[in-house]
Amino acid sequence: MSDGVETVEQTVATLHGCPLLDSHGQQVLLVPRESYVSVVKSLLADGYDMCIDLTGVDYLNMPNRTVGADIQPERFEVVVNLLSLTLRQRIRLRVQVPESDAVLPSLFDVHPGTEAHERETYDMFGIFFDGHPDMTRILMPEDWDGHPLRKDYDQGSIPVQFKGSNS
Amino acid sequence: MGLAQNVLDDGLGGIEHNFVTARIEDLVKWARSRSSWGASFGLACCAIEMMGTGASHYDISRFGMEVFRASPRQADIMIVAGRVSQKMAPVLRQVYDQMMEPKWVISMGVCASSGGMFNNYAIVQGVDQIVPVDVYAPGCPPTPETLIHAIETLHQLIEDGEIMRRREISGAGAGVELSPEVHATSPVVIGSK
Amino acid sequence: MSTIISAGTHEGGQELRSRSELTAKELFREVGSVLRLSEAEAAKLAEVQTEAPEDQTMIINMGPQHPSTHGVLRLMLELQGETVLRCKPIIGYLHTGMEKTGESLTYMQGGTNVTRMDYLSPLNNELVFSLAVEKLLGIDGDIPERAVWMRMLLSELNRMSSHLLFLATNGMDIGAVSMMLYGWREREEVLRFFQKVTGLRMNHNFIRPGGLAADLPAGWRDDVLDILESLPSRLEEYDILMTGQPIWRERLQGVGAITAREAMALGATGPILRSTGVPWDLRREMPYLRYDDVEFDVVVGEHGDAYDRYAIRFNEIRESMRIVYQILDRMPSGDYRIQNKKVTPPPRARIDESMEALIHHFKIFTEGFKVPEGEVYVGIESPRGEIGCYIVSDGSSTPYRMHMRAPSFVNIQALPHMMRGGLVADAVAVISSVDPVLGEVDR
Repeated sequence: MSDGVETVEQTVATLHGCPLLDSHGQQVLLVPRESYVSVVKSLLADGYDMCIDLTGVDYLNMPNRTVGADIQPERFEVVVNLLSLTLRQRIRLRVQVPESDAVLPSLFDVHPGTEAHERETYDMFGIFFDGHPDMTRILMPEDWDGHPLRKDYDQGSIPVQFKGSNS
Repeated sequence: MGLAQNVLDDGLGGIEHNFVTARIEDLVKWARSRSSWGASFGLACCAIEMMGTGASHYDISRFGMEVFRASPRQADIMIVAGRVSQKMAPVLRQVYDQMMEPKWVISMGVCASSGGMFNNYAIVQGVDQIVPVDVYAPGCPPTPETLIHAIETLHQLIEDGEIMRRREISGAGAGVELSPEVHATSPVVIGSK
Repeated sequence: MSTIISAGTHEGGQELRSRSELTAKELFREVGSVLRLSEAEAAKLAEVQTEAPEDQTMIINMGPQHPSTHGVLRLMLELQGETVLRCKPIIGYLHTGMEKTGESLTYMQGGTNVTRMDYLSPLNNELVFSLAVEKLLGIDGDIPERAVWMRMLLSELNRMSSHLLFLATNGMDIGAVSMMLYGWREREEVLRFFQKVTGLRMNHNFIRPGGLAADLPAGWRDDVLDILESLPSRLEEYDILMTGQPIWRERLQGVGAITAREAMALGATGPILRSTGVPWDLRREMPYLRYDDVEFDVVVGEHGDAYDRYAIRFNEIRESMRIVYQILDRMPSGDYRIQNKKVTPPPRARIDESMEALIHHFKIFTEGFKVPEGEVYVGIESPRGEIGCYIVSDGSSTPYRMHMRAPSFVNIQALPHMMRGGLVADAVAVISSVDPVLGEVDR
């Protein structure tokens, strides 16, 4: 609502220019792809010196989801978890990655510990990380076809004669 | 009974009380079953229970299996302990091929026997798709007692020669000549009795 | 130059330059500890028959089937003689598709899946999964006290059994094979207690969202006291057998050293990070359950080498024993699971009596309870480091995405940096000191 008088403050906090949400008591930062590496670097300067986790999510089966704060949801999301040893706090970054252009800059130069995580995300989702020193499959055999954790990849169960089985 | 004295004096007349006879095959089978060494092929959780079986509480050294040889050339039994993934399957086959005859395979745990609870793209649904299995031990993981039962069943099969008979029929095995009894046996599943 | 972390060592406080000022290349002592060669290229190299000059380096494989008891880890080592120049850990030989399987199992069944990841401390896996689900459900503040303390008890006993197994395998890898038997002897005691409580020796699926599967059996205090009383004298024996022994020290001191900056850059947590002097233990710094209510020390090393990691884990057994004594004194009475109709199945006896109870039980166990939409990450301190569970829920009864942040997966990245410049024999000691569990590495 754009009336002249500011009666209600914008309730969406921002950090380094990105919307900051709260999810069950945890800080979540919604980062656009363009400023991804610079935001991580700024957070590193803030004290978030350990990258604990980097993983992907495929939202193919949840097409009508909302991310919050007017961010356009895409098919893939890369979730990065950072930890600050001095502040004793975690912060989670969520970056939207479109299916047509599933490339994201690598965090290897900022956090070398993301090397294995990024390879796993590439292996499981097909998201390519630009600038990674060794972008190959890590869990599946190197010549495997397909990206197993995508929602359109079948679980690959063999048929079992059991009515209640999940296969 | 008496002592075996004066054997030379007794000569052939003393053959009834100075000599014990047996067939060589029986002796070989008896020795084989009691001194089989395992190839360490521990993959996942079952490997921990396998190590527990080898430890002092459930000691399998009393069954002759105290050493788990790392080199497949020196091993008799391959206990496939754990889930076999797609990447590991060729390695498994290679290790099995490197083992010398006679060799046997125990499939330990449900993941090795049938894929277990992981009915998906990543796990080979039963290691018998890759290697011929002689004994299956179910459990997730099988307690050391179950594994000992499986090993003892295998030892019994070795001692009875039943396994060698099957090999003879199928054409594989050490080529030992045995009585041509035909048994249409299938691998023994523990607990089926 | 701002001081971000001050690591305490015996030479005084060491101030570390802030990491943001350094690039990845500067963060490592030598550039290129990691052998960046794909498996296909390495296989091709093996076929090339050229005349090798005397000083050519050799690329050999260690694993995936090797007698070191850490599972199916394959290392491609580039050797110059016996010295390890570069190394590449190749994993994936135990990839089970657990995260994919987790998407088709209900939240009640999720524990069975998750518990098989780190199979040496299964209760910790279940704990982190349950904590994440409870957070999503919004019931994490309502778990009864007894359930929380029981979870702590089981988690600490699991830490003890995992570290005892570490002592056993570490001893065996270094050469003290008798330690293997001793370590397993102690572990059997703890596993017997677990069998009494949970029904299984391993992979229990006992800690479930909402509490636990069952209450502690009668006489559990005596059983735990038996374990705790038999351990100290035996730990003294292992101390004599290993800690002071010159061969042990020669083989472990200075081997696989890593600095605090490197460890943090690589994301290594747990004993690896603590061995470099950073006193980071999630039980103390970001407490979960009731760890802020019990007294224990965080064991920290100085040199970041394999000996420190061994000593840390050894003493963590003693600290866990301290915690268990306190839990024994303070275990509250009450319910072992939350009485929330949504999550808790009815007591078994009532199923025979009431149709509603039967339907309720049926629904929870077949269809599963629905968890509201959202996403959450919970991290706890497992014996190997920080294990975390990231769950995305779409409102149905199965997780939309279940991801476990496995500590060994990240710790293995530190292997090349620890092995660089060492001998091949040290490589075994280093792997053993990192204590990876391939089940959680490959998931």
